[in-house]
Amino acid sequence: MGTADILIKFALIIIIFLISLVVAMYSTYAERKVAAFFQDRIGPNRAGPFGILQPLADGAKMFMKEEIIPASSNKFLFIVGPSLAIMTACIGSAVIPWGETLTIGSYRIPLQVTDINVGVLYIFGVVSLGVYGVMIGGWASNNKYSLLGAIRAASQNISYEIAMGLSIIALLMTTGTLSLKEIAAQQHGWHWNIVSQPLGFLIFIVCAFAETNRAPFDLPECETELIGGYHTEYSSMKLGFYLFSEYINMFVSGAVMATLYFGGYNFPYMHHLGLSENWVTILGVVALFAKIFFFIFFFMWVRWTLPRFRYDQLMDLGWKTLIPLAIANIVITGLWMTFIK
Amino acid sequence: MEPLTSKRKQVESKPLTFGERIYLPAIIRGLSITMKHFFRKKVTVQYPEQKREFSENFRGMHSLKRDEQGRERCTACGLCALSCPAEAITMISAERQPGEENLYREEKYAAVYEINMLRCIFCGLCEEACPKEAIYLDGDIVPADYMRKDFIYGKDKLVEAPLNQ
Repeated sequence: MGTADILIKFALIIIIFLISLVVAMYSTYAERKVAAFFQDRIGPNRAGPFGILQPLADGAKMFMKEEIIPASSNKFLFIVGPSLAIMTACIGSAVIPWGETLTIGSYRIPLQVTDINVGVLYIFGVVSLGVYGVMIGGWASNNKYSLLGAIRAASQNISYEIAMGLSIIALLMTTGTLSLKEIAAQQHGWHWNIVSQPLGFLIFIVCAFAETNRAPFDLPECETELIGGYHTEYSSMKLGFYLFSEYINMFVSGAVMATLYFGGYNFPYMHHLGLSENWVTILGVVALFAKIFFFIFFFMWVRWTLPRFRYDQLMDLGWKTLIPLAIANIVITGLWMTFIK
Repeated sequence: MEPLTSKRKQVESKPLTFGERIYLPAIIRGLSITMKHFFRKKVTVQYPEQKREFSENFRGMHSLKRDEQGRERCTACGLCALSCPAEAITMISAERQPGEENLYREEKYAAVYEINMLRCIFCGLCEEACPKEAIYLDGDIVPADYMRKDFIYGKDKLVEAPLNQ
């Protein structure tokens, strides 16, 4: 691996990092706008045309706000919490294949930071690390509400990770690989995994809602019961990091869902258009982002439709419904592979 | 027990059927309802640019009126200040000098006339108390401001614009 390769990887990492930050930034804007539209309102439209500059204004506000660290908190962990949350949110995108290879001169650049052969497991590892940011932050605040939020977050994430993992197992049985790049490549054209794994996808998307702490599973931060949950004591940019990491998580989980079930960067007739390879790659990236944006919109759509679950209902759904369903899905997939395929 | 009224109704709580327990049809119906709202006409009135029509008897910001010849009608009698339940009005009177007949209608006028818009409750009693028909609450909504002192409106903001100018 020469210097040029390392530089290319570096550039790719920085570009993906920036893209995920920008997408997260504009997700906050989109959230407010979408929420407004669902409620027959207009939403932010004062900062710039259509309120386009609103995220910048919000960001500036977050930075200018007074930074409060409660005297009774554990200062070190209080700072570690949001840092960990945003860090784990950002590193998840490393294994997502954003497109096929791009050829510039003599260099062939695969649009993926790293193609590790256990990509799916890596994603799971990062997702389960994500709960530590919430956990540590909530505990370090030394506040009842924060602690309750943190406990809820931990138990919710652990419960739904099981169902998520089981739903993925069925997918891995059909694909036969853990590498996200290969999974994406297998879904060439119209052979998307959603066709063979509709139930698995349903379980996965429900769990994705729970893992990203989005409504209707936003119990760790529910405003009405826990006045903000784990980030009750946070202010200024530390609060901003928590909110931001939620949107980055949405982006990454949208990308994972698109890659695992909706063909990733593949789109129909991609190699029958008679375009050069680079153009197909670029269109593939566009297709992937369109799918991701649809999922982000879907996250918001559901948030402004469904009310929040009660805690026991949440556990009930996770343990008594989703896990048996996921196991049934594995059995059905196994039977289908043995007898029909 | 004998029912006291005929309005009593036996409530049934049936267990959910399997179809209802899947929840998905209900969720999809909910999503379609919100989607309908997504494309519906927005009800927002974009306030400073776009205003709703006020009713006939809307009481807004005060204005101190002039008569047909453009002279200030107010004679600083102080009845408005006296009638004001919120004690929002203060004034200092002055005597009209010779040569000022085109400015003030009576021999006495208000040199300073201030209304504290944060105290004012827009009841319109000053309007009713005025014997000279000099004050009316026929203006717009009092705009927002940053400082408390800026809400004390003097004659510069209250007096009607002079005629023919």
